Amino acid sequence: MLLSTGRDIRSWLNLIACICFSFLAVSVQAQEVADSSEATASSASSAMAEGYDALVMQLPAATYSDKSEIVLKLLKLQTPAARSVLTAFLEDSLYSRTADGKVFIGTEAEDGLKLVDAITLQAAGSEPVEGFEKIGTNNSLRKALRAAVAQFDLSSELAEKRAAAVTEMLRSLDEASAAALRAQLGRETDPKIKESISIGLALVDLDSSEAKTRLAAIETLQGSMNPDVYNRLKQLVTPDESGGYSELDVEVRAAALKLVTHMESMRSLYGAGETVFFGISLGSVLVLSAIGLAITFGVMGVINMAHGELMMLGAYTTYVIQLLMPDHIGISVLVAIPAAFMVSGLVGVLIERGLVRFLYGRPLETLLATFGVSLILQQIVRDVFTANNRPVQTPDWMSGSLQLNEAFALTYNRLYVVLFTALAFVALLLVLKRTTLGLNVRAVAQNRAMARAMGIRTAWVDAMTFGLGSGIAGVAGVALSQLTNVGPNLGQQYIVDSFMVVVFGGVGNLWGTLISGMSLGVVNKLLEPYAGAVLAKIFVLIFLILFIQRRPRGLFPQKGRAAEG
Amino acid sequence: MNASALFKQQYQRWIGPDKRSRAPGADISHQTILYLEDITVSFDGFKALNALTLYINVGELRCIIGPNGAGKTTMMDVITGKTRPDSGSAWFGQTLNLLELTEPEIAQAGIGRKFQKPTVFEQHSVYENLELSISGHKTVWPNLHARLSKQQRENIDSVLETIGLQEQVHRRAGALSHGQKQWLEIGMLLMQDPQLLLVDEPVAGMTPQETERTAELLTSLAGKHSVVVVEHDMVFVRSIARTVTVLHEGSVLAEGSMDQVQSNPKVKEVYLGE
Amino acid sequence: MTSLTGNPPAGMVLNEESTAGRLWQAMRGDRGGQILLGILLLLGVAVPVLHLFVPENSAMHLSGYTVTLLGKYLCYGLLAIAVDLVWGYCGILSLGHAAFFSLGGYAMGMYLMRQIGTRGVYGDPVLPDFMVFLNYKELPWFWHGFDMFWFAMIMVLLAPGLLAYAFGWLAFRSRVTGVYLSIITQALTYALMLAFFRNDMGFGGNNGFTDFKDLLGFALNNPGTRIGLFICTVIVLALAYMACRYIVASRAGRVVAAIRDAESRTRFIGYRVESYKVWIFTFSAVLAGIAGALYVPQVGIINPSEFAPINSIEVVIWVAVGGRGTLYGAVAGAVLVNYAKTYFTAALPEFWLYALGALFVLATLFLPKGLVGLRSKVKDAV
Repeated sequence: MLLSTGRDIRSWLNLIACICFSFLAVSVQAQEVADSSEATASSASSAMAEGYDALVMQLPAATYSDKSEIVLKLLKLQTPAARSVLTAFLEDSLYSRTADGKVFIGTEAEDGLKLVDAITLQAAGSEPVEGFEKIGTNNSLRKALRAAVAQFDLSSELAEKRAAAVTEMLRSLDEASAAALRAQLGRETDPKIKESISIGLALVDLDSSEAKTRLAAIETLQGSMNPDVYNRLKQLVTPDESGGYSELDVEVRAAALKLVTHMESMRSLYGAGETVFFGISLGSVLVLSAIGLAITFGVMGVINMAHGELMMLGAYTTYVIQLLMPDHIGISVLVAIPAAFMVSGLVGVLIERGLVRFLYGRPLETLLATFGVSLILQQIVRDVFTANNRPVQTPDWMSGSLQLNEAFALTYNRLYVVLFTALAFVALLLVLKRTTLGLNVRAVAQNRAMARAMGIRTAWVDAMTFGLGSGIAGVAGVALSQLTNVGPNLGQQYIVDSFMVVVFGGVGNLWGTLISGMSLGVVNKLLEPYAGAVLAKIFVLIFLILFIQRRPRGLFPQKGRAAEG
Repeated sequence: MNASALFKQQYQRWIGPDKRSRAPGADISHQTILYLEDITVSFDGFKALNALTLYINVGELRCIIGPNGAGKTTMMDVITGKTRPDSGSAWFGQTLNLLELTEPEIAQAGIGRKFQKPTVFEQHSVYENLELSISGHKTVWPNLHARLSKQQRENIDSVLETIGLQEQVHRRAGALSHGQKQWLEIGMLLMQDPQLLLVDEPVAGMTPQETERTAELLTSLAGKHSVVVVEHDMVFVRSIARTVTVLHEGSVLAEGSMDQVQSNPKVKEVYLGE
Repeated sequence: MTSLTGNPPAGMVLNEESTAGRLWQAMRGDRGGQILLGILLLLGVAVPVLHLFVPENSAMHLSGYTVTLLGKYLCYGLLAIAVDLVWGYCGILSLGHAAFFSLGGYAMGMYLMRQIGTRGVYGDPVLPDFMVFLNYKELPWFWHGFDMFWFAMIMVLLAPGLLAYAFGWLAFRSRVTGVYLSIITQALTYALMLAFFRNDMGFGGNNGFTDFKDLLGFALNNPGTRIGLFICTVIVLALAYMACRYIVASRAGRVVAAIRDAESRTRFIGYRVESYKVWIFTFSAVLAGIAGALYVPQVGIINPSEFAPINSIEVVIWVAVGGRGTLYGAVAGAVLVNYAKTYFTAALPEFWLYALGALFVLATLFLPKGLVGLRSKVKDAV
């Protein structure tokens, strides 16, 4: 299973690479925009009228460079209607009527174009498309438009819009937009937006010829964890091949170096935090897959080799539920939890009634028989769903990540798995400690004969206990379906790990299972950067093998005469 | 552990003549064969033995009685190395510290034990059970081609006679009756020829005649061996006992002759709740 | 008294003092073993004749495929004996014997790889193809010596033997028993599988070793070599069977069985239980290693999937089906189950896992003593 998380990491790296690429692409674009807008400004005709109405009316006939000029002018005018027009222009839905050259914002509908007058922004009915001509744009014009719309959005009421506008403007910063941003900095109330503006501006200032300005810029950048900032500063303090620095001023360099060092230590701190988080999320998966076993193995003393396959059934249940409700993927996972519990729990009860109960007191035979069951379950799944992996969708609320700052993000799916494990664990504890079933289960575990003498239906309790452990395996399967591939071999990857977690923690001790699963998860992730995923896993296995030799009863052994039998 | 020491240890363990298997046994020059002093064993806070102090003399036949949970079986576990006490000391004769020896080492040093629940090798024949119990080489290699010497065979035959299982000699031990298993286990104990015998409830499940014969056997063993008997059957205890020790809540409550013990007010209180 | 001891179960009275004499004693009461050795003798004679001397167009001719298949079954039989020795006689359910089998196989495979020499795809005189492919500059230290047959054969014994010894020494000394032991043996083989899948280990990663050319100068695709290997397998299996029979009939064997039935009792009569366990476990692992070494040149490939935990568990089911604690039952089980596997995977591939799964369930529920036990049960009924 740790293998599969290795794969996770690789896909993570891919993702990061993609993000970096898109950043690169964007900054190149930004460069182009800056160039082209300068060019258009110089070649603009001065004969154009300056009023809003007039400017809009000129659009249909203008050349692309004229259009850029008009856009800049519209921006200067700050007429509220201009934003709608610019947006429509950007979205290719600005039309001129061939008959009279009037400009409209049009949306294509079944009965032709739905029109909105570009000057008054009043609805103007629908007319057939044939009478209209789209006002064309090209790449550089679209970039200019985007920057213009962003500047409009700076004054928006909505913080989100402003934030988006700031990001957009920082991508293609020229003097005008820099001035706009500086002005915005004074007005801005949202601290996050303020911060990103000041960082963006400071980055620009780093290119200033004044050492003072550069020093001030570095001062401003204090406390930021932005990767762009880091790269930029790193570049300042790294000597080039001839040993010289791109930053000539010693004082600025010293300040930059100090900041870079600070950022680096913060980054490694966040990195460690992230590793621990990965470890905890891996540990949660281990705990989730092991607590079911902790019940069947720990409480009942039954080795259930089909435990992994019960998890697999849970994962497939999630898949089936999603097939049944394709329009409600968001809820499907929640529905899958009880469903998987029922499916796996039922199969578990069947296994117990049909097989395990004949083999009580013969743990090695139980092991073999349940292994047989695991083979059969795998083949059934292969016959029903084919041997290929099934796609299980991740609901929106589980995708994405919680961005704590620019260097530290927690992915929601892992976060939810950790939370979910905690819930499942608490629920299980409550069932065992607070319900009649739990009382019976513990009674039977301690002294079967006495429990029977007290009138407890031990056969029923056995079936329910086994069902409970199996049901939790199913629930674990739901969680796994969000983290790994759902295929017939899903269970096999987890079975060795689950047993090791239970044995390491001490059989018959749920808290032991929790601690052992978490610590194994974290240790595994801590080793991974040095040893690689596979080797880390091998080390953990070897450690466990050696540990069990030293302490055969695990971290938290049961004590007393009964435990020695 | 360095390489040569490791090799030596492994050689002894597997191949070489096992020095300890021919251990001279306990040094009984002071006429005391077993010293238990201040032994405390606790399980999860419950004290199974509480500062137990007990001495057994050479050749003595000692009966130990006490209510359930008094710590009788735990005491035997400590002597035979199955349970390690939290504190206290246990010596076999003057020289052997029982707390430093493993179960097989203790057995080879000369302490034999009969369990409360008869424990014999059920898949083996009666004869094989006795053969396995012969004192002597216990390491792997010699046993791969060991055979019984004439003397050993005679020894087995005489034990068979003593325990009255001549007719069952080739039967599987698992097929014996409860009483016969008890006898077989006593026979295995005799084959070991230990200096000290620990006998846990020997007459449970026996007929009165068998009980009587057991009493005879144990009495005859005393003198040559030291014998410690744990038993609930008071009639049986009375029939064999010279000295009786009463355990209660993990320590010695009273010690003396049967009559002395029975008239002891503390013992009465514990047994009868007066 | 003499009448009582005159007919003891296994060689206590006869004056035979030589090892051979004792072996004779041990085999005398072992009907199943006699039949097994008889069959092996028959196979050792008939298979070479039918393969080499009967013309190919005759209905009696045995194809090379069949000979290899039979050889493979017998290797599995040897592996099953090894597992039966520890499980049936000592109660140690090892779910890791595939690891020892594979280690023996890899040791043999390393020798075979070195024999390829310049005939590999890349033609490197020293480095096997996969090393050239993975940009190895020189032979890793643990590959030295494997160009010599005797060295490789010693490693076939040592690699599994030492691993089993070290593992057993740790596990049995700390009294890890029952299912705990089973689980950590499974973890052991799982860890080894992961390790051998890594390219950096120097064992060919997930492709393992293949494309072997010859063994001791004999081309592997030559019918004569095939028969030679087959006869070797037959002889080794027979010898291993007799060695195991000798052991279980000795007093040491009775101690081992005593450990299985009442471990702490055995301790209290003075046997160092862990020594016996380590000893029998190591011996069994060496047998498994030999089985692997015979297996690899016959099937022509070894890769890390041989370490998969499921393989080890499958061996256990062969033994369970045949009847544990009998040795010959283990061989019978191995051959029968594998014959069924060959048949079903060709005829009804989807059905095989169902059949295997059902076998696990049915054998444990209804055949606690395996087919051998079934036979005696039927006999009793009649």
